Amino acid sequence: MTAETGIGARVKRKEDQRFLTGTGRYVDDLPLARATYAYFLRSPHAHAKIKSIDTGAAKAMPGVVEIFTGADMAAAKVGGLICGWVVKGKDGEPHKAPPHPVLAVDTVRYVGDPVALVVANSLADARDAAEAIKVDYDVKPSNVELGKALAKGTPEVHAEAPGNLIYDWELGQKAEVEAAFAKAAHVTKLDFVNNRLIPNAMEPRAAAADYDKGTGNYTLWSTSQNPHVLRLILSAFVLGIPEHKLRVIAPDVGGGFGSKIFCYNEETALTWAAPKVGRPIKWTAERTESFMSDAHGRDHLSHAELALDKDGKFLALRVDTTANLGAYLSTFATAVPSYLYATLLAGQYTTPLIYANVKAVLTHTAPVDAYRGAGRPEATFVVETLVEAAAKEMKIDPAVLRGKNFVPHDAFPYQTPVAFVYDSGNYQPIIDEAMKIADYKGFESRRAEAKKRGKLRGIGFSSYIEACGIAPSQAVGALGAGVGLWESAQIKFNPTGNVQILTGSHSHGQSHETTFAQIVSTKLGVPIENIEVIHGDTATTPFGMGTYGSRSLAVGGSAIVKAADKIIAKGKKIAAHIMEASAEDVVFENGTFKVAGTDKAVPLAQAVFAAYVPQNYPLQELEPGMDENAFYDPANFVFPSGTQICEVEIDPDTGMTEIVNFTAVDDFGNIINPMIVEGQVHGGIVQGVGQALLENAVYDAETGQLLSGSYNDYTMPRADNFPSFKTGYKVTPCPHNPLGVKGCGEAGAIAAPAAVMNAVHDAVAPIGVKHVPMPATPLTVWQAIHGGK
Amino acid sequence: MTINVAMTVNGKAVSGRVEARTLLVQFLREHLGLTGTHVGCDTSQCGACVVHLDGKSIKSCTILAVQAEGGKVTTIEGLAESADKLHPMQEAFRENHALQCGFCTPGMVMSAIDMVKRNNYQLDEATVRRELEGNLCRCTGYHNIVKAILAAAPAMKAAGV
Repeated sequence: MTAETGIGARVKRKEDQRFLTGTGRYVDDLPLARATYAYFLRSPHAHAKIKSIDTGAAKAMPGVVEIFTGADMAAAKVGGLICGWVVKGKDGEPHKAPPHPVLAVDTVRYVGDPVALVVANSLADARDAAEAIKVDYDVKPSNVELGKALAKGTPEVHAEAPGNLIYDWELGQKAEVEAAFAKAAHVTKLDFVNNRLIPNAMEPRAAAADYDKGTGNYTLWSTSQNPHVLRLILSAFVLGIPEHKLRVIAPDVGGGFGSKIFCYNEETALTWAAPKVGRPIKWTAERTESFMSDAHGRDHLSHAELALDKDGKFLALRVDTTANLGAYLSTFATAVPSYLYATLLAGQYTTPLIYANVKAVLTHTAPVDAYRGAGRPEATFVVETLVEAAAKEMKIDPAVLRGKNFVPHDAFPYQTPVAFVYDSGNYQPIIDEAMKIADYKGFESRRAEAKKRGKLRGIGFSSYIEACGIAPSQAVGALGAGVGLWESAQIKFNPTGNVQILTGSHSHGQSHETTFAQIVSTKLGVPIENIEVIHGDTATTPFGMGTYGSRSLAVGGSAIVKAADKIIAKGKKIAAHIMEASAEDVVFENGTFKVAGTDKAVPLAQAVFAAYVPQNYPLQELEPGMDENAFYDPANFVFPSGTQICEVEIDPDTGMTEIVNFTAVDDFGNIINPMIVEGQVHGGIVQGVGQALLENAVYDAETGQLLSGSYNDYTMPRADNFPSFKTGYKVTPCPHNPLGVKGCGEAGAIAAPAAVMNAVHDAVAPIGVKHVPMPATPLTVWQAIHGGK
Repeated sequence: MTINVAMTVNGKAVSGRVEARTLLVQFLREHLGLTGTHVGCDTSQCGACVVHLDGKSIKSCTILAVQAEGGKVTTIEGLAESADKLHPMQEAFRENHALQCGFCTPGMVMSAIDMVKRNNYQLDEATVRRELEGNLCRCTGYHNIVKAILAAAPAMKAAGV
């Protein structure tokens, strides 16, 4: 009865009806009676002392309700924003943790740093009043160039982080790596710029806060990927509101990609101000504000070297990385370039020795934190670009070189030299399938044909691994995480037999309302139209950790399975009572309890009804009701893997790169809904290609101004930048979660930058060009080809 | 300065008194409560705010409400005949999984309908990709949006819409 809507089916999405008819409810859509509107005055300078702020004239403007500054919040002893992951440096000391005021107090540290909150009767009034606030700045020299952040004499962002160093951290076997390099037959060396990105979810960040004087309860609506985590941070660390007096609601959220994980200044300030204003306060970022103040992504400088023996077997890898964390530490900033990065440097390979040294630094730029992939794209870019370069240098086919070094299928579980134990995988069939789909054999003839048209054609691989399904609580706790990373689920039957699934995960595009319903439909045999998935409200859903790190299915889905198992176990006892049988003899199949070998049967719906009308019911041993909670803490990370093959054509006259073919073959473990998985892959690829060819966050070295602060200046991927994609799957089920699933949300973005850049380098290699920096925009490609001409 | 404005929205006559600087999108969202039309940028590039004015797609963040005076506006809320009978473009978006977070979707659908009509129901992939220049999506990678529009073109022709 559920084959068409159960696990594995291409079920059309339950959430689509409202999104397609304009009846979704995003934060800015909320109708709040008597609402006021907030506007944040932001620093126009990268670095300045605030000598004075005069709000007098502004407060007298029409419609103004209140104006708050950092001094007001300091006087009220509001705490600063926190960084929730402690990374210990080489010296064993925890990372430097400079203060992060909600509104700047005496210093501004990046263009966009919030300085004052204006609350007015309309947004127009609030903006007009903000213009009338007089801030006297003493502008100081700024530090926005990552390469110079640690240099002597560079302006310091915080006195608490001398020399702008947050941590100097290492992982791996330094001495053994040095020794391996000393006897290597071949060493490939590269310098990398992993360009800075601005996430740009299409819905700008937004918040609305309200305070109920009668109950003392606060409500915060936020574009959050994890409303419970946001509530926890605001309660325990920043505002001191008792956790049970703060309700956080993340309704429909228009994309996140990591940027909506964090606890931000604006939602904090609104929640704090709500009781003082006495009316609801609404705020929605303008796109320019999103560019300035959403946590940015990536931004690494690296030097990496791969040592190989004469046959191309990898002997050792060493990586030296400087990572930009911006002006303040965002919520999980410290973990991204350390534990989410260096632990992935083994890639799909048996490289026996690895050493990584990461220096995380401050600059006068927006905070940098997790963005789709978070550390893993940076690691994949290093490994996969090095491997491809090594293949070229040693004149070995890049697929063959990878194959020589893949972790063999029979070696799982596989302990890497950088902490992880890969649970499962089978890499060779993936790359074989990708080469087949991409017609790798036919490439040279396509290259020759392109040459006749004056085009440079190239092909590039990227064989990625990622660690997601974040994460075993004890493992991440040992590494400094301040939270447990389990997930919760509640399956609640109503007396009439329909089902509500309450999850601690949050969907902001990932389709949980459909995927999670498919799981329960299969497990419990309930028609999918009778199942509703509820998420995003701390008042109704069990405490949960939210959605990031491709964790919702592997961790949240597993919690749902556990809850479903509890439903079945209870149902068996009820059915046994009704059928006058022993519970041990009762089996559950296709939504019905049966006694094996008899024609006795009780549908689940009958057992549910009996649980709510417990008249013929074993009340002595069983409580009424059918409502089960479960928490699932994963045994390990999950390790999706795959190979992408990108084929490009470059016009040497214009420097324009066109993607002419793009293939992705992935192993995500078992797949619940292939339609949804393909959508995740497509979207990820486009973000990865965006990094490789189009997107770049740029600050002016002299003034610290954000030069790429709008869609005029920051190139978003558009439909005509791409061909249709070719996708395929191989399946090795995850051995340690009940669904055998791995996670697909980030894979595309993790793998694609290396695939594209490898293809670009392959295209220009025949004309003697060795290096094209990322992003390979028409200008950079043209300059690489034509030099100073 | 406030000013009276009157127009037809989704077949209904509406009017209101607004500040002269009120954008059409603000009039739709804040005065009429039609929050299906979204605002995703401030430079007229993302296309989340696309509606039809007198049958043509426009970016409602880029015209004043008063400029639509007397006009016929259709928003995403006005497309479907009923909850059970969506417009062929809406149906094609659902069938082809052409939306994820849903935020760009209303603008995409409205642009796509105009695109199909402008091209006389004859579209190829390259044309669709080129003509989506004014609509940004961060979730889908455009792949399924392109598929949906190509599928909707003949369906719209057949349905006579």
